[in-house]
Amino acid sequence: MEYMMRHRCDSAASVPQLTNSPTLIVMVGLPARGKTYISKKLSRYLNWIGVPTKVFNLGQYRREAVQSYKNFEFFRPDNEEAMQIRRACATNALKDVVIYFSKEHGQVAVFDATNTTRERRISIVSFSKEKGYKVFFVESICDDPDIIAQNITEVKVSSPDYVNCDKDEAQADFLKRIECYKQTYVPLDDEKDRHLSYIKIFNVGSRYLVNRVQDHIQSRIVYYLMNIHVTPRSIFLSRHGESELNLLGRIGGDSALSPRGHKYATALGGFIKGQHIKDLKVWTSHMKRTIQTAEHLGIPYEQWKALNEIDAGVCEELTYEDIQENHPEEFALRDQDKYRYRYPKGESYEDLVHRLEPVIMELERQENVLVVCHQAVMRCLLAYLLDKTADELPYLKCPLHTVLKLTPVAYGCRVEHICLNIEAVNTHRERPGNVDITRNPEEALKTIPDHF
Amino acid sequence: IELSSVPQFTNSPTLIVMVGLPARGKTYISKKLTRYLNWIGVPTKVFNLGQYRREVQSYKSFEFFRPDNEEAMQIRKACASNALKDVVIYFSKEHGQVAVFDATNTTRERRVSIVSFAKEKGYKVFFVESICDDPDIIAQNIADVKVSSPDYLNCDKEEALADFLKRIECYKQTYVPLDDEKDRRLSYIKIFNVGSRYLVNCVQDHIQSRIVYYLMNIHVTPRSIYLSRHGESNMNLLGRIGGDSGLSPRGHKYATALGTFIKSQHIKDLKVWTSHMKRTIQTAEHLGIPYEQWKALNEIDAGVCEEMTYEEIQDNHPEEFALRDQDKYRYRYPKGESYEDLVHRLEPVIMELERQENVLVVCHQAVMRCLLAYLLDKTADELPYLKCPLHTALKLTPVAYGCKVEHVFLNIEAVNTHRERPGNVDVSRDPEEALKTIPDHF
Repeated sequence: MEYMMRHRCDSAASVPQLTNSPTLIVMVGLPARGKTYISKKLSRYLNWIGVPTKVFNLGQYRREAVQSYKNFEFFRPDNEEAMQIRRACATNALKDVVIYFSKEHGQVAVFDATNTTRERRISIVSFSKEKGYKVFFVESICDDPDIIAQNITEVKVSSPDYVNCDKDEAQADFLKRIECYKQTYVPLDDEKDRHLSYIKIFNVGSRYLVNRVQDHIQSRIVYYLMNIHVTPRSIFLSRHGESELNLLGRIGGDSALSPRGHKYATALGGFIKGQHIKDLKVWTSHMKRTIQTAEHLGIPYEQWKALNEIDAGVCEELTYEDIQENHPEEFALRDQDKYRYRYPKGESYEDLVHRLEPVIMELERQENVLVVCHQAVMRCLLAYLLDKTADELPYLKCPLHTVLKLTPVAYGCRVEHICLNIEAVNTHRERPGNVDITRNPEEALKTIPDHF
Repeated sequence: IELSSVPQFTNSPTLIVMVGLPARGKTYISKKLTRYLNWIGVPTKVFNLGQYRREVQSYKSFEFFRPDNEEAMQIRKACASNALKDVVIYFSKEHGQVAVFDATNTTRERRVSIVSFAKEKGYKVFFVESICDDPDIIAQNIADVKVSSPDYLNCDKEEALADFLKRIECYKQTYVPLDDEKDRRLSYIKIFNVGSRYLVNCVQDHIQSRIVYYLMNIHVTPRSIYLSRHGESNMNLLGRIGGDSGLSPRGHKYATALGTFIKSQHIKDLKVWTSHMKRTIQTAEHLGIPYEQWKALNEIDAGVCEEMTYEEIQDNHPEEFALRDQDKYRYRYPKGESYEDLVHRLEPVIMELERQENVLVVCHQAVMRCLLAYLLDKTADELPYLKCPLHTALKLTPVAYGCKVEHVFLNIEAVNTHRERPGNVDVSRDPEEALKTIPDHF
């Protein structure tokens, strides 16, 4: 069995080999071109699919070095003193990248800075070559003044730099800051930079130029970047209505809705109508309980097998009491590592994440979507949308009969919980205090929710 | 409406329009893309203009393609019209979802007329332009596929080459590539020099996004793909399906023989992939090469039928057994999977296989059938009955527009696990009829 552990380079579904060189993603672009937005979103995605990724934002290093920001003059290309500070910050950021890769098991680092001069980019490329890191540039080019103005309003005027300014002051200063950068900005060049690996994103994604994708992870990054958009929209997540197996405290299976579950589905339909959502797409799994829920909505829905609940293998349709009685060791092992634990003949949360990747990709492409799914599935989707870690994910609270409305805002997601006031059993089991395989049944069953 | 990763069938059909000078890989891309789309379940067909032209005109020389050849121009325009008429039939009467119009489409005029045609019919248009100025690549293409084309049946190689180069010159005179500015509202991908660089503009929907992702992952570097099942397993010996058993003694022998065979091939940088199941891992262990485990390569989940013999399935689930014989591709074992599910599960494996070079995939019968169907362009009906015997390695080498296959039987005996479709697939059939085609076992 030892060999099974030894060779666990889990390209389990679609995760690149962990033995590859680390990758340094280098953002390029004038201020207010979406670099930080892209950096954060891309990191969130890579971490979710299991590639340890971290953003190194130069602005934060600068704010730490120069305690208070005065005005755009700091960014004037002829401000020698400021230039020294800025170069030192870049060096420190790259030092931290080295630590992240060599000591913290990082696989991808995103260097979020303007990197607008050839000189700066050349020095990053040499640094990477010397360290054995692969480099991939992501350049964001935008000349639409409306988009830029929107960006500035959404994230710049509220930045720590402008904490004591009013909106118009902040706006005016920021525009002058952009002008400082424009003077020395040299975009990636078709000819001169033809040996570099990069993607250029034009005008928030209407157009892309992709050069020299080197490997699997860069190919996945390109695919992801080409599928995301910034059009305002909302994602609604809900579990199926309470099911008959839920009432009995049994996990898995493919049962129908209970009477209260049907009530919820009707209420959900009422809620959705009340939201007046434009062109809503509705997705369900292939299991009866989500389909029955969607049926009450009166809107066409698409069924995704990938949205099926986690397969509990030998524990399918058992109560937690049954599991404790029949598989006490497995029960404890699951509590020890709920994310990676795989039910015998079933799946783990980790498997679920990989299964859900095409769903996430399509969710990114779409606009208004309602996903009617299951507890474990919803936890995975929520973890992606709200940037939760693998440790938090299996314990996210996703109660029955509650809709979550997620609306992207600035760099994250606003979440509204809407409980539709139809009673349902609780299906959330907290991690018990004792996760040891030698624990007694009472300790194992301490946190199980009530059922009929 | 079912989905796992397949776009809605209720969307407008998509017309993919190839653009580029001759010998730029348009037909290669058209065929490969079509094979991929069909495999993932999107009904796709290629409409190759050269074939339409060959039907009405026997080829004499490059003069046919001179831009001032009025008579030929008429014929060529008529052929294009006919091809597009057939596209309409494919979409409206044959349930086609994507049509690939494989022609040079090198003038703005031609492309403008295609866009109007598509707009009028309600089809989406996506252009794929291949731009290549590397004379070695072009010479290679011409040698690989042009000199052996039906156009040059009665010419020797040098004559064919010389004529074809003059043909390219005819097109060059009027070639206008897609323009950054003027064509900024069209949806397209430009592929430069066989993939070192791509320009992607205005991707409209899911299928175009999948097409772009696929095109950006394929390459033409020569390599071979080796497919093998695990060595014979203990369950195989007992005629039981599924499960997670270890290798039989003969299975271990095969693994050793496979290792020797692989060594003798002197393969550069071979990647080895297995599933998460013991029998493929034990097989790979004998190779002495590092291997990666993919859960996606696990054998089809037979659900309630896991670890049963066919006799037991007939005994316990006779109706299911018959339903499976009726539609083996789409039939899903209760609490298990269908071949169709397997194809969707294998899509990331195929994508990575495209990115890689020399790879050995150690897998399972149903999985190998799916991979083989993709590589050899087999239909969903053929797929579940492809012959993938134990102890036989398949070496697939891309050549011209397809794949050369070498079957290498490593001379270690094994049970047969191939069950042909029986004559009677009716739910009311008797057990003997159901069990007629099951292979022998201990």
